[in-house]
Amino acid sequence: MIHYFPGNLGHILVILAFISSLVATYAFAKNINDKNNSWARFAKGAFYVHAIAIFGIVITLFLMISGHMFEYHYVYNYTSKILPIYYQISSFWNGQEGSFLLWMFWNAILGLILIHTNKSWRDSMMAVFTFTQVFLVSMIMGVVIPGLDIKIGSSPFLLLRDVLNDPIFTMQPDFIPEDGRGLNPLLQNYWMVIHPPTLFLGFATTVIPFAYAIAGMLTGRVKEWIRPALPWAQFSAAILGVGILMGAYWAYETLNFGGYWNWDPVENAVYVPWLVLVAALHTMIAFRKSNVALKSSIILILATYILIVYSTFLTRSGVLGNASVHSFTDLGLSGQLLIYLFVFIILSVIVAARVWKKIPSTEEETSAYSREFWIFMGATVLCLMAFQVIIPTSIPVWNEIVEAFGGSSNLAPPADQVEFYTQFQLYFAILLAVLSGTGQFFWWTKMDKSKLKQELAAPIILSLVASAVIFMVAKVQNIWYLLLLTASVYSIVANLKIFISVAKSNIKLSGGAVAHIGVAMMLIGVLFSSGYSKILSMNNTGLLWSKEFPDEVNQNNLLLFVNEPRQMADYKMIYRGLRKLTTEYGYVDLNDISDAVDARKLIIGRNTISSTGHELNVGDTINIINAENSYFEVIFEDENGKDFTLYPRLQMNEQMGNVYSPDIDRTLSADLYTHVRTFPDPDQEIEWSEIEEITVSPGSQFFINDYVAEFINIEPLRNVPGIKLGPEDIAVKALIEIQGEYQTYTAEPIYVIKDKMAGRIPDVVNDLASRITIQSINPDENSFVFGLSTTQKDWIIIEAVAKPWINVLWLGTLLLVIGFGIAISRRYTEFQKMRDKGME
Amino acid sequence: MKKSHIFGILIIAVAIIVIMSTAGDASAYVTFEDAQEMASKGNDNKIHVVGKLPKDGSGNVIGIEPSPDMMSFKFQMVDDNNETQIVYHPNPMPTDFLRSEQVVVVGGYQNGKFVADKILLKCPSKYQEEGVNT
Repeated sequence: MIHYFPGNLGHILVILAFISSLVATYAFAKNINDKNNSWARFAKGAFYVHAIAIFGIVITLFLMISGHMFEYHYVYNYTSKILPIYYQISSFWNGQEGSFLLWMFWNAILGLILIHTNKSWRDSMMAVFTFTQVFLVSMIMGVVIPGLDIKIGSSPFLLLRDVLNDPIFTMQPDFIPEDGRGLNPLLQNYWMVIHPPTLFLGFATTVIPFAYAIAGMLTGRVKEWIRPALPWAQFSAAILGVGILMGAYWAYETLNFGGYWNWDPVENAVYVPWLVLVAALHTMIAFRKSNVALKSSIILILATYILIVYSTFLTRSGVLGNASVHSFTDLGLSGQLLIYLFVFIILSVIVAARVWKKIPSTEEETSAYSREFWIFMGATVLCLMAFQVIIPTSIPVWNEIVEAFGGSSNLAPPADQVEFYTQFQLYFAILLAVLSGTGQFFWWTKMDKSKLKQELAAPIILSLVASAVIFMVAKVQNIWYLLLLTASVYSIVANLKIFISVAKSNIKLSGGAVAHIGVAMMLIGVLFSSGYSKILSMNNTGLLWSKEFPDEVNQNNLLLFVNEPRQMADYKMIYRGLRKLTTEYGYVDLNDISDAVDARKLIIGRNTISSTGHELNVGDTINIINAENSYFEVIFEDENGKDFTLYPRLQMNEQMGNVYSPDIDRTLSADLYTHVRTFPDPDQEIEWSEIEEITVSPGSQFFINDYVAEFINIEPLRNVPGIKLGPEDIAVKALIEIQGEYQTYTAEPIYVIKDKMAGRIPDVVNDLASRITIQSINPDENSFVFGLSTTQKDWIIIEAVAKPWINVLWLGTLLLVIGFGIAISRRYTEFQKMRDKGME
Repeated sequence: MKKSHIFGILIIAVAIIVIMSTAGDASAYVTFEDAQEMASKGNDNKIHVVGKLPKDGSGNVIGIEPSPDMMSFKFQMVDDNNETQIVYHPNPMPTDFLRSEQVVVVGGYQNGKFVADKILLKCPSKYQEEGVNT
């Protein structure tokens, strides 16, 4: 039975959300200059309706996902029955429509908050705010304009049969698939449950300072908007920053490019607006203190939101095409996204141009000793950083523009993007660290030449000493790295000094110092973890690199055969084989699992001990979390005999093929990051060597593939799985024990005489790459003839990388967030006080 | 001249350097023929080549050969000019390589052999359904 109701409800709610956002925009705008507030209640009401409609859409879509209504395209395409509740949540934003919804959902909540926390700003800022929602809702409308044949938006409420041209629907219009296609395995990670909501909260909040700025210019309050906008700008920068870093951490844990940041266009597209937003809040702070930099604050806040829309265009229109490793499906929204972008550019330009002459600007020269000078320098560097990233990222857009005008452009992004971006960003980061350290002194004290010397002497000396020590210990020899290190240490020391003196008087003022310490620590963390990441799996076997290669090529990977130790840097590594992760017993050897009851329940086929030390016996059932996942057990042993085990993951997904994820050993000073690059294709037929025959009697020893084996005894069998034995038939099983490197294996080949015909059921010991068959039995000599054949041992190719001091990066992030928190609370209190006095 | 003017000129200078370096370091989408010509002129800039993997009658990719130690592989690629070229890649075969509809190799000719440092895959089918699983 097809559930028509939720889809219809969803459609109606989307249309309601669209209309109510239009109505609310109009009503709020109408009320701006209305002394009688005649539209106020109506505008508020319209927004409430809008918010309820948005929540309704979200709930409807979620209930469709959790109710497994696979008759709907979105549900079929992104979910499946076995997904646990938290992955049902993350499958919600697997598709573009869902992620737009997430963005709108935050906007609805933020709108409700803003309506209730603003007084005099409410109508003007909400008019702008709601206007953006009109564009967002249009992205999921899925309405075709009759006559023009123009489709607006892509709806998540379409039935599968309306999207897919599958012959089954002509035969059976009510056909509902049994199960969905499932969630992209890369997104089956806990970070994907919280990273997108955080990032989209960041996206959603960028419109708030933008709305205040536009509202301020529209209502003639060109200065006053900064006060309410500042805490929101800080909040937005904090959330967006955290969202970006969560994405980086997800990439670090899940993807296998070997790091947390790859300068992929998708990453750049959010990094750039974040930098500009951070620059904006610095100029805003400068304005609050000394009435300067108003114009630059306006420009930067407007630019931030426009860049957010631009990045949405870049990532969702399909324009990046070949430039990004991320895959985007083009939903045909590029036209709509372009309109969204241009409307807001034109709106910003017109509104700003109208009042530009009235905006006060300081004509007098800013002295190098003034605090504004330093803030302004910092903001400039941040903007240049953004500029340096956005230009190359926009190369595909440039090609499109040239082609639209009939030209041809074959420009491609830099071949080594990491090196290209890192180089420039490194120079700018050095400047940033120096400015963030020095600027703080100018901020808090009135400076002159002698005072400057007195203030700066101690931090400079201290940081030079500290850098020299690190230089000696960590052997930082690259001149640019050394400069960045020194500058960052200086920033930490200087801000620490500021923090101590500021916090003594009022801890609420210390946000800046704390945040700056955080940034400097992040720079140090990035410097070491990326600049000095060391590939441990360098090939050291002395084997020649494949002779066909024209030049020396870095060989970063290592081939490990099962149970054969290999030395790698400071570690001896042993690959122990494939494992399944259970809910209760840790990891269990895949070879010891015989069968599956269902997708999440497996049966033990051989007595075994799990990684947690539990003994599991034949016939026990174990529960697993995800049937697609297997894990490679790799043991690392250092020189002192200490060892640890990593379980890099393999996900075998029908749609996506094999997906590898790393496993990371975390210690205070460094992470050891390991991922498998490839392993033998399990679908490939095994090529066995020719059978070698050997005659053995029970109790005697022999060799199987160079391993010592003992023929223990024979057992008559009454039941052989899969074969029906008659009263005349005979079946025997030979019990053979083989000494492996780490454990004793048993092989139990079976010999059957059924209807006077001999049947042989060989047994395979995967770890030893051996197959044992009972070829024949000599009852007179009491001996058996075994047939032995071997194959290639199981293997993996891995890459292992050490990432020193990566924890400094995460710790820095935490401090940055705390710093932001302190600053937000201070600035929000300021706004509240003014509002309650009736000033705002 | 005012200090702010010097400051402005400085910013413009940096911006120009950024644009110049982008233009200088930007790679290009070319064909194997162009790439060969560039290499013969001593231009060792890394370039992008877009192409497809040749397939036999039953749709299987042909011309793939892993090295004996499995750490690298070479494959055939047909560029937009229908020119087939053997490409060497110093890493194991990327996941999904065989399923890709389009391949972008980033690299260049070294001693007459095309070595790809990086392989970008375009697999739209990964996210787009081809039919219903029944």
